[in-house]
Amino acid sequence: MTSSELKPIARQLRRDIMKMLMISKSGHSGGPLGLSDIFAALYFKILKLDPKNPGWSERDYFFLSAGHLCPVWYATLARRGFFPTSKLSTLRQINSNLQGHPAPSYTHGVPGIEIASGALGQGLSVAVGCALAVTLDKKPNSVYCLLGDGELNEGQVWEAMMTAGHHKLANLIAIVDRNHCQIDNRTDKVMEIEPLADKWRSFNWNVIECDGNNIDDFLAAVDKAKVRNGKPTVIIAQTIMGKGVSFMEDDYKWHGVPPNEEQGKKALSELAPTEMGDFVTFDWEK
Amino acid sequence: MLKLASTDMKATRLGFGEALVELGHENPNVVVLGADVTGSVRTDLFMKAFPDRFFSVGIAEQDMISTAAGLAVAGKIAFASTYGEFAVGRPFDQIRQSLAYSRLPVKICASHCGITVGPDGATHQSLEDIAIMRVIPHMTVATPCDYFETKKMIKASIHWNHPIYIRFFRDNTPVFTDAQTPMEFGKANTLINGTDVTVIACGLQVWEAVLAEEILAGEGISVRLLNMHTIKPLDKDAIIKAAKETGAIVTAEDHQIHGGLGGAVAEVLAQSVPTPQEFVAVRDTFGESGKGEELMRKYGIAKDDIVAAVKRVLSRKKK
Ligand SMILES: Cc1ncc(C[n+]2csc(CCOP(=O)(O)OP(=O)(O)O)c2C)c(N)n1
Repeated sequence: MTSSELKPIARQLRRDIMKMLMISKSGHSGGPLGLSDIFAALYFKILKLDPKNPGWSERDYFFLSAGHLCPVWYATLARRGFFPTSKLSTLRQINSNLQGHPAPSYTHGVPGIEIASGALGQGLSVAVGCALAVTLDKKPNSVYCLLGDGELNEGQVWEAMMTAGHHKLANLIAIVDRNHCQIDNRTDKVMEIEPLADKWRSFNWNVIECDGNNIDDFLAAVDKAKVRNGKPTVIIAQTIMGKGVSFMEDDYKWHGVPPNEEQGKKALSELAPTEMGDFVTFDWEK
Repeated sequence: MLKLASTDMKATRLGFGEALVELGHENPNVVVLGADVTGSVRTDLFMKAFPDRFFSVGIAEQDMISTAAGLAVAGKIAFASTYGEFAVGRPFDQIRQSLAYSRLPVKICASHCGITVGPDGATHQSLEDIAIMRVIPHMTVATPCDYFETKKMIKASIHWNHPIYIRFFRDNTPVFTDAQTPMEFGKANTLINGTDVTVIACGLQVWEAVLAEEILAGEGISVRLLNMHTIKPLDKDAIIKAAKETGAIVTAEDHQIHGGLGGAVAEVLAQSVPTPQEFVAVRDTFGESGKGEELMRKYGIAKDDIVAAVKRVLSRKKK
């Protein structure tokens, strides 16, 4: 798939996220919108996967460490055929598989989710464990892990970085959603993490920086990351929180709130419909 | 029947935030630590009033607890606050070594506890925290039933010479105590003085028990209701007295059935006056997303569950 085919998919994911949150009236808008380009690229081009056989032994592993970002993951998994898009209207409701934070599939989860997340900071360690196992078995699978930049405040992330560097896990690719926003404020106000690239480098990682809202740029970054040179690789993807919805863009206050009806209508008016069609048509759209 | 102080709805976390600001004015040694959920747990009020005495540690709960310990070593009265799950689940060892074993009177103030945090789902519903904190030597464990009681606890905590865990909630909930209602750590509050059965509740289940009592009173059952706001140290005298005088006990909490208030009460009864007891608690399972009230019903900790438990225990009561 080319980037011109991936772009409308990313826009559809943004429409899906807005509609899901308008229905649930609870959940995170900003991060998921900012990550729609990356998720479209990962699931429709980069990752080796089979939606009909989520446990396929040759799959690439993907871990979403910052579980609160799951609205974009659910929309992506549904669009990629892991489960019916009609389920997207049940986000965060009782008895739904679309939990507020990703649940494992044996309980309330959906296919394609390997492990629970939501308490921040654990995903990179899980990815390291998975990469160690794959290495031990001499298998070719890649292991991806997506982290928030605020999430990097957690000490466990740095422990995992050290372990990955120590074990030279060349099959591991971490992606940092560098949107400069977390809950309380912009990241430099809550906890300064710069110079970020230098920090990862000093933990013995390859570092690639890219524009995470430019699909070509992100695809090129992943191509570079896939060249295994005896070290794990991190892609620091500069993104814009709320990307695609003008009044949410680059504003940390949109970290954890859904749009109300009026805001949702405005957001949808800025995201042109695609050939894929929405998973629900609201009464006012008819 | 209980006379309600007011029918207001207000959040316990707001009581926490407001009490911190009052303490900030009264005592220059009060400091507050935040872990990137400042607006949610309402330490934003203190941060705005006393920016020099508010320390952001980022999303780093383990670091927050040991930093609070260091502040306490140097004479500060430190309040560390985040959501319940991350206040005790993540930094258990830091709490055990830096606070409890070292006996530093840091205040761990946990908001968004229990199942009523709702749509966020199981990862954010702390249902094990009372058990985890209660088992540590030197820890005090308390949980207020409403906005006023939260305020009183926070104000009283600065005179309390042990590390303390205070557990409160996100939602706006009924305010049924007032500024005069007594609150002394370790002393249960008898809200209703019945004779047939005693309901011992904590946190939001105190209000559920008030509603249950109304139903049971209508059926001619006389319920004693204890607000057990301090789970450790536990008011053993009140429990033993209730067991002797009413002969049947129901405990009610927004927590796992193992190791919480119910377990603590059972430990007292088994060692003094063995008495039939029924538990209203989450039955050894994780929660899920949903609305707070829906989840309280699905997971068996709402008023109707208290009513049913009272009937069960009465059928077991020695005649
Ligand atoms: C261990 C833990 N502490 C605190 C939280 C609450 N929390 C959820 S998201 C978040 C901010 C995360 O920031 P970032 O990773 O930058 O995500 P973004 O704001 O970009 O969505 C916090 C503090 C949590 N989920 N887990």
